[in-house]
Amino acid sequence: MQNGQTKRIFNKELLSITIDRLCYQLIENHNDFKGTVIIGIQSRGVLVSRRIFKRLQEINPTINIEYGELDISFYRDDFRRRELIVPSANKMDIQVEGKVVVLVDDVLYTGRTIRAALDALLDFGRPTKVELLALIDRKFSRELPIAADYIGQSIDTIASEKVLVQLQSDDGDDGVWITSSETKL
Amino acid sequence: MSQQLSVKHLLGIKDLTKEDIELIFQTADNFKEVINRPIKKVPSLRDITVANIFFENSTRTRLSFELAEKRLSADVVNFSASGSSVSKGETLIDTVNNILAMKVDMVVMRHPKPGAAVFLANHINASVINAGDGTHEHPTQALLDAFSIREKLGNVEGKKVVIVGDILHSRVALSNIFCLQKLGAEVMVCGPKTLIPKYMQDLGVKVEHDLIKALNWCDVANMLRIQLERQDIKYFPSLREYSMLYGLNRTILDGLEKEIVVMHPGPINRGVEITSDVADSKQSIILDQVENGVAVRMAVLYLLAQNSGFKQ
Repeated sequence: MQNGQTKRIFNKELLSITIDRLCYQLIENHNDFKGTVIIGIQSRGVLVSRRIFKRLQEINPTINIEYGELDISFYRDDFRRRELIVPSANKMDIQVEGKVVVLVDDVLYTGRTIRAALDALLDFGRPTKVELLALIDRKFSRELPIAADYIGQSIDTIASEKVLVQLQSDDGDDGVWITSSETKL
Repeated sequence: MSQQLSVKHLLGIKDLTKEDIELIFQTADNFKEVINRPIKKVPSLRDITVANIFFENSTRTRLSFELAEKRLSADVVNFSASGSSVSKGETLIDTVNNILAMKVDMVVMRHPKPGAAVFLANHINASVINAGDGTHEHPTQALLDAFSIREKLGNVEGKKVVIVGDILHSRVALSNIFCLQKLGAEVMVCGPKTLIPKYMQDLGVKVEHDLIKALNWCDVANMLRIQLERQDIKYFPSLREYSMLYGLNRTILDGLEKEIVVMHPGPINRGVEITSDVADSKQSIILDQVENGVAVRMAVLYLLAQNSGFKQ
C-alpha cells in the first residue's frame, strides 16, 4: 500500500485519539443515549460506526445504545449511471420513529451518499432529528447542501484523489490514506 | 462475485452463468428484506417504464412481476392479448414496437410460442424478460424455485431434486433443470413415459417412472401441474389414474425414509398431482415460493435495468 502516490494522513494512534474525541462529543450531546440511535452506512461507514459503538460501551459500560446498519444501494441517484454496487445487508432491527439518529459514514465527499441515506432512513420511520458523523470531511467538494455535525478531520483533496479508511480491528494496520486515482490499493 | 449480469435480456436460464444466478440471489436477499418492511418500496427504477405483455393467461407470474416493478418504483403498463388488436391480426413485432414507441424501457412477455422472447429480443432495443414462452423456458420461476431451495436447505449444490409430472409440456421443468444443474444440484425427472421427452438423458438428468423410488432418492420434490390445455392428444388414460400413480399424498410422504421438501410452481390442481393435506403441510414451501418470486423478480429487473443504463 506504500508508494509514491499514496499519502498516509492518519496512523493507528491518531485514529484512535480521533475516535475517542468523537465518542466524547457524542456523549456530551446525547448523555445516556436514551432515545438516540447510531446507524452506520453500508458498506464502509459501518467500519467507523462499529468502532464508535464499541468504544462508547467501553467508555461507559452502563449505557445502552441502540445500533443499526443501513444499506443505501437502492436509493442511490447514480443507479444505471455507473458500475453496479452490490448491496450489503441492512441491520435495522431498531425503531427510528421519534428517535434522534446519528448517521455515521467514513468519508463525507459529494454528500450524495448522505442524501440517499436520508431517503433510506425515512422508509423505516420518522426520526425527530438526524445528525451526521463523518470521520473524514473532504471540504470544498460538496455537490449538495449537506454538512456533518461531528467531524474527525477536514481535509483538502482534489477530485482525482481517493480517500481510503482502513479500520478492521484493534490489531490491524488501521489508518487513513489519500491516493491518486491511478494507484490501485 | 461478478458485478453485473452477463446478459442484457433474461430469455432463458440456458444463457446465464453460475455467477449470474448467484448475483441474482444475493440481490434478491436484499429485496426480500425490503418487501418485509413496513414501507415495501425503494426508488431504484423510478426512471423506468416496464410493459407487461401477456399473450397467455397468468395470475401469479403477472401479479408477481407487477408487484416487483411497483416496489422498485417503476411505471407499469399492462397488456393482455385478449381484447387487443392482436385479435385484429397485428403481428408480435408491430404490437411491441407500438408499445415501445410510447417510450417503454423494459418488456416482460409471456407468449404461447417457444422462442417468442428470443425473437423479440433480436428485433427490439428494450430489455426483454421472458415470463414463459410456450413449452420452452420460464426463467424467473426456476430462479425463485432454486432461491427457495437455497433458503430452506441452505444450499443448492449437492442437493437432489426430483421434478414430477408433465415434463414434456413444462417450461418450468426445463428452466429448473438448467438452473439446478448450473448450481451443482442433481436432477431427476419422474412421470409417465408419454410425458417425458426422449432426450432427457442427454441433459444429464436421471429418469425414473416409479414415484416412490424417485421420492426416496430426493431431498426436494417439485410437483408440476398437468397441463391439460397443452395436451392435444391423450397422454394418459385418465386424471384419476395419473393421480393414483403420480399424485403425492400424506401416506406416501409419511412412508418415506427421510423428510423431503415439497414444492409446486402453481396453480395447484388439488387432488390431482398433490393432495390438500400435503400442499398445506409444514414440508410444503409453496407459499414461500410465491413470496420469493417477488424478491427474485425485483432482483432480475434491477440487475437488467443496470445493464441497460446510460453509463458515461
